[in-house]
Amino acid sequence: MNFTLKIWRQKNAKAKGKFVTYKLNDISSNCSFLEMLDILNEQLVLKGDEPVAFDHDCREGICGTCSLYINGHPHGPDTAVTTCQLHMRKFRDGDTIVVEPWRAKPFPVIKDLIVNRNAFDQIIQAGGFISVNTGGIPDANAILIPKEDADYSMDAAACIGCGACVAACKNASAMLFVAAKVSHLALLPQGKAEASDRVQAMVRKMDELGFGNCTNTGACEAECPKQISITNIARMNREFLGAKVGSQKKRVSSGGGF
Amino acid sequence: MSSLALFYSSITKKIILALAGLFLITFLLVHLGINLLLLLNDGGALYMTAVGFMTTNPLIKIMEVFLFGGFAIHIILGIIVQVYNWMARPVRYKVEGYSHTSFFSKYMIHTGAIIFVFLMIHFNNFYFVKLGWVAPPAGLEKEDFYQMAILLFSSRFYSIIYLILMLFLAFHLNHAFQSAFQTLGLSHTKYTPFIKFAGTAYSIIVPLGFACIPAYYLFLK
Ligand code: FES
Repeated sequence: MNFTLKIWRQKNAKAKGKFVTYKLNDISSNCSFLEMLDILNEQLVLKGDEPVAFDHDCREGICGTCSLYINGHPHGPDTAVTTCQLHMRKFRDGDTIVVEPWRAKPFPVIKDLIVNRNAFDQIIQAGGFISVNTGGIPDANAILIPKEDADYSMDAAACIGCGACVAACKNASAMLFVAAKVSHLALLPQGKAEASDRVQAMVRKMDELGFGNCTNTGACEAECPKQISITNIARMNREFLGAKVGSQKKRVSSGGGF
Repeated sequence: MSSLALFYSSITKKIILALAGLFLITFLLVHLGINLLLLLNDGGALYMTAVGFMTTNPLIKIMEVFLFGGFAIHIILGIIVQVYNWMARPVRYKVEGYSHTSFFSKYMIHTGAIIFVFLMIHFNNFYFVKLGWVAPPAGLEKEDFYQMAILLFSSRFYSIIYLILMLFLAFHLNHAFQSAFQTLGLSHTKYTPFIKFAGTAYSIIVPLGFACIPAYYLFLK
């Protein structure tokens, strides 16, 4: 298959970037999108040009490192897959493919197609965890968890934090990501203990970082490689409202935890 | 915490925006009920009774404050949220907007702006006249809303504008209704399908109800 690629090239965070057009011929339809970029890069290196920088790690859809906004879709035109799982057979021979980095104020471009997603780490650090002190392993059945709750929690926990939701959202909102992280913990008894503080802290951090506001367009859910549902966003709104309205004033002297 | 709307968290802003929106949605029903009285063949008697009630009843007077407050909050917060959203993506994509979304959700600020312009015209035609800020049409009392309405609708231009506006109102409401419930966290496997259905039905029936009146004057008179 032959393709025309229009790829965003930007030397570094400060430089002004631009689209550069590349022609790529004889690509196998079984090639993955990232392999196709590898082939391009090999050719660039042979020519003495700078290869295209892009994020990748596991290349099997589990780590959330790969990104790329391909022809108007985060992770390309296929549904429920990451860019590393996308194959060239999803395109037509002779297609022009426009490849852009994630675009959002909290995700600044580092180089070419790589953006800094540290903002997500900061949101997790704000409260996306449970404070478990060390000790023996508790008995598996000591805390009973309804299967339904465990399933919903697991669905939310499938989030790999790739940032496709932010990239897809017309408002560059991180609500689906934060909602997934809030939900998977809030649904389980272990997470409930700190649920109220968690949701407030994570939302505060999300706002502070400059992500947009959700307007319920549903683009995030449509593009999420892990098909996280926006019902998680409703759950987070519910948790947040409950926490804001229902939480007591903080005790000054409390130690540990948050 | 500062009481300035700018410093409220994104979700708080949206929840207030949604509540104000839902309040305006209920108000629209009352407004429609009164408007439909224009179609009665009684020379405006019942319509004027209803208008009289709405303009003098003390309870309604109090509600009026809430209503204007509701409009102000909904509009101001809507704009703030939108400005933040634009700022959140300073560099735009070259190819964008292909994700599968609900269509009208993408144009809420635009449909909202159109409704706002109409609202101003509407105030100019009625509310400001009542307050005495704007002179009533020649030969009419400033309280004679019936004749004023009839006069407006007998203008083809106004009726057509009104019909078009109802279309945009429908677009706005279509996303607004179910979106407000989602923002309030009221998503439920059993009830959400009904809320979505009710929202769509509302967004069709209510603007259609309003549109009946100019349509009557355009096509049947
Ligand atoms: S590289 Fe790990 S998910 Fe794509």
